[in-house]
Amino acid sequence: MLIGKYACIANSCLMRTFQTQTSRSKVCLRNQHYECVARYSAATAERKRFYQDVSISQSEGGLYEINLDQRKLKTPGGKLFTVPNEALAIAVATEWDAQRDTLKFYTMHLTTLCNTALDNPTQRSKEQMITAALKFLETDTICYRVDEPHGLVELQKNEWDPVLQWIEKRYNVAIGSSASILGPEIPEATKDNLRQHLKSYNFWSLTGLEYVITQLKSIVLSLGMIDRHLSVEQAVLLSRLEEEYQIRRWGNVEWAHDYDMYELRARTAAGALFVHLTSESSTVKHKLLQD
Amino acid sequence: MPGSRRAPLQSQHRSTMAALSSPLRVCRGILKELRAIQGPSYKKSLAYNYVMDQFRKNKVTGERYCRAKQEAHHASHTYLCLLASTRNHLVLHNLYHGKGERSPEEVASLVGLRLPTQPGGKGWEK
Repeated sequence: MLIGKYACIANSCLMRTFQTQTSRSKVCLRNQHYECVARYSAATAERKRFYQDVSISQSEGGLYEINLDQRKLKTPGGKLFTVPNEALAIAVATEWDAQRDTLKFYTMHLTTLCNTALDNPTQRSKEQMITAALKFLETDTICYRVDEPHGLVELQKNEWDPVLQWIEKRYNVAIGSSASILGPEIPEATKDNLRQHLKSYNFWSLTGLEYVITQLKSIVLSLGMIDRHLSVEQAVLLSRLEEEYQIRRWGNVEWAHDYDMYELRARTAAGALFVHLTSESSTVKHKLLQD
Repeated sequence: MPGSRRAPLQSQHRSTMAALSSPLRVCRGILKELRAIQGPSYKKSLAYNYVMDQFRKNKVTGERYCRAKQEAHHASHTYLCLLASTRNHLVLHNLYHGKGERSPEEVASLVGLRLPTQPGGKGWEK
């Protein structure tokens, strides 16, 4: 019971969208009164760490569970928290183990993603997720260019064009870029092609991929990172290119710029790792054979 | 001089565009982060054993499963980035955003004012 009560505080997809806007403001302490009213609203609240040991165990179906002391972790929706493989279970367990005196759910990105995939709080189908992801193509960060100042124009051309060329070649599609407010005209064939590709992901990895896309505001950069063409740091830098340009010009403010950058990196890395660990993975099969 | 200011960003970008750092460095980076999380007993943790296991396996079987090795390298780099960024973010959060709202006294002192100590302030007795 106790576990359910505490674990239900962990954040969900609903909360994340909200959190991106509010995490910088001071909602943390005030929210505590409302926890019992809406359990999803408590993602930024902190709770005392109520357990000593974190361990994982494999259930009969081959799924992995997280144990806090002797009790099993549950999702905010009340389901048993299970993940498909050992690596993900260990990474989640490490997140729980990393908490000191209080539980900081806003630092537990992998747990959040698992909760979202398990509970599916907005009850979405794969189709809906793919459509939502593809919507980002129409407003993809790296397809929108500025026409001044000259320095930024050059920078965008030099840094973004290679990635655009890479994806056009990799998926055999046409995307293009534009400086008009309407953005580039994306051909239907491109969308169909990418839709087919996204269909090959399972529900879990699609959850991770969509999360990455909404963080980077770019399908192109997200696929570039998932396909290992870009590292997380590169993808985040390219996503924040204009901001980086302005920082060079006007100066860096640690409590805003660095803060955002590390948060974006952490979220993006969590999403990428989540996709990697939940896609069918040949490495896992090889390991079993080797043993 | 936008031209001269543009250069550092591009060069920084180029350096990050270079290949991922070597597997050994990534491995050591992850272990360092685990130690920061779990303290001196980190060698007993699940994650430590798993990471060491993975790095050893990929070293041995590197030639046979080349693609898997690349995958593992990218994934380990991603994991290192996750751990390091989460830690850095939390440090900044605690430093700048983690304290909740300031008290009226603190806010007042920020702009060089002090709150009245006398209840009601001036004219209270009337």
